[in-house]
Amino acid sequence: MESAVVTREGCSISARVCKRFANGAQSFELDVGFIAPAGITILFGPSGAGKTTLLDCIAGLTRPDAGKIAIGGRVLFDQVGGIALAVQRRRVGYVFQDLALFPHLSVEENVGYGLSELTGMERRRRTAAILDSFRIADLGGRKPVEISGGQRQRVALARALVTDPRVLLLDEPLAALDAATKSKIVEDLRGWNAAHGIPILYVTHSREEVFALGERVLVLENGRIIAMGTPHQVMSAPRQETVAQLAGFENVFDAVVLAIHEDRGTMSCGIAGKVELETPLVRAEVGSKLRVGIRAGDILLATVRPQGLSARNLVPGKVVSVAQRDVIVVARVDCGIEVEVQMTLAARDSLQLRAGGEVWLVIKTHSCHLMEAS
Amino acid sequence: MDWQAFWLTLRLAVLVALVLAVAGLPVAYWISFSRWRWKFVAEAVVALPIVLPPTVLGFYVLLALGPRSPVGRFWQGLTGHTLAFTFGGLVIGSIIYSLPFAVQPFAASFAAVDGRLIAASETLGASRLRTFFRVILPLSVPGLVTGVVLSFAHTLGEFGVVLMVGGDIPGVTRTVSIDIYDKVQSVDYAAANATALVLLAISFLVLCLVYALNRRVWAILTGK
Repeated sequence: MESAVVTREGCSISARVCKRFANGAQSFELDVGFIAPAGITILFGPSGAGKTTLLDCIAGLTRPDAGKIAIGGRVLFDQVGGIALAVQRRRVGYVFQDLALFPHLSVEENVGYGLSELTGMERRRRTAAILDSFRIADLGGRKPVEISGGQRQRVALARALVTDPRVLLLDEPLAALDAATKSKIVEDLRGWNAAHGIPILYVTHSREEVFALGERVLVLENGRIIAMGTPHQVMSAPRQETVAQLAGFENVFDAVVLAIHEDRGTMSCGIAGKVELETPLVRAEVGSKLRVGIRAGDILLATVRPQGLSARNLVPGKVVSVAQRDVIVVARVDCGIEVEVQMTLAARDSLQLRAGGEVWLVIKTHSCHLMEAS
Repeated sequence: MDWQAFWLTLRLAVLVALVLAVAGLPVAYWISFSRWRWKFVAEAVVALPIVLPPTVLGFYVLLALGPRSPVGRFWQGLTGHTLAFTFGGLVIGSIIYSLPFAVQPFAASFAAVDGRLIAASETLGASRLRTFFRVILPLSVPGLVTGVVLSFAHTLGEFGVVLMVGGDIPGVTRTVSIDIYDKVQSVDYAAANATALVLLAISFLVLCLVYALNRRVWAILTGK
């Protein structure tokens, strides 16, 4: 971490923030310290982890109880030194979760809002240039309610970036967008930052965004940073297998990691050299040994080959046995490995399931639970 | 009908509404955004004219304007005459009397502006003043109109304060409501009725306007 700071001293943001909220019985304390160089740094964590509070402290909208915030050598806040720059003078670009576009102003007026110190002509020129680079040049005269969600996100980004900020704070800016729109906007953002090279703090609680965007991730939980590193490093480690956990899985197999798809947040795992499953990504290397647990009730069973599925794993097999246990039917299926599948009585009857029949097992990626090999 | 009284009342109401439209803004801003611990005291003072009998308010305004109070003495030293029983005194009394009717709708509409919009304005480098004029004020237009119209209408029909502060001087302090009272006192019910009807109609129309605005009928009417 330290060495990275030295090379990008000029523009990295360093923050150490303590903020306590006492609210009756509920109290929350944010206590974090980190350094983020130029480029995208993901702040990942569940809602209520303190991500937005942290951004508000950096922007100057919330005053920390203690700490120090600086961009390069420029101090924004220093409790000990008695420095607390006004929001207006921090040069922070902030895209809020709900965007906070001014509803009574046009797209052009929204984007030009932060350029009030420039002359009218220069303001129009800069506004036009950034609208163009975010591909919303033709929307200048419209009001925020008259454009689509993706276009509004672009306007909010352009409005924050046109002021040439020293740090960009993005609070779940793309959460409401579909994947295609999202990746196009991220592409434009990366393009912009290739030229400007400022730190971008990107808040999200979505695993997919972490893997799609991040070179660096800070994982925030309950007001503390619990992990930092690349997405691969910080995402969940395989769980320690305990007797209690084992009891929850009817199917537990030894597996070997065949491939890691960090961009998609998944891995391929081979079981006994016979079956390959797509599983969620955990901290592991290619070739490392894990165990995969799958609940019998999480597996779908089809008697004809299903098509057009979102589930990533489709495994052919043969029914070995079908037995009734109270009101549950337990089928054992041989796919090279023997897998237990549970279903209702009605499901068995409508499928007309019997031993020897050919079936397909459908298993969602996230139904595969990875555990450490014992 | 006493058109002189109508004209005087109209001048008074317009003047008071205009003054409050300007002077009410900083008061309302402060009430909406101040985090001062004792703010509630100031809020109570501003709201006092709503509950106070107008005669009580008028009585103290009269004392304050009179030559025995420091304010009255100061004014007399400055201009050579007292404000009591003048149109100017009437304006001052009416401004205090109608203050909550302007300030409260203003403050409510300021407070209703999304805090994130104000935060966005500030992160974009806009000063408090610029944020107020470019974001808060434009988004508070219905509340501003309500406040101005209400203070206008409230001044239009006031009686107690006017009687205490201004007395009943034709062309100087005799407003419509005092005129009506005079006519009833002299048992000229027909004339009182005519004047009262006009006042009733105006008040009703003004309130219709306020409620129409609040239901955003205004937006439909102006085609926006």
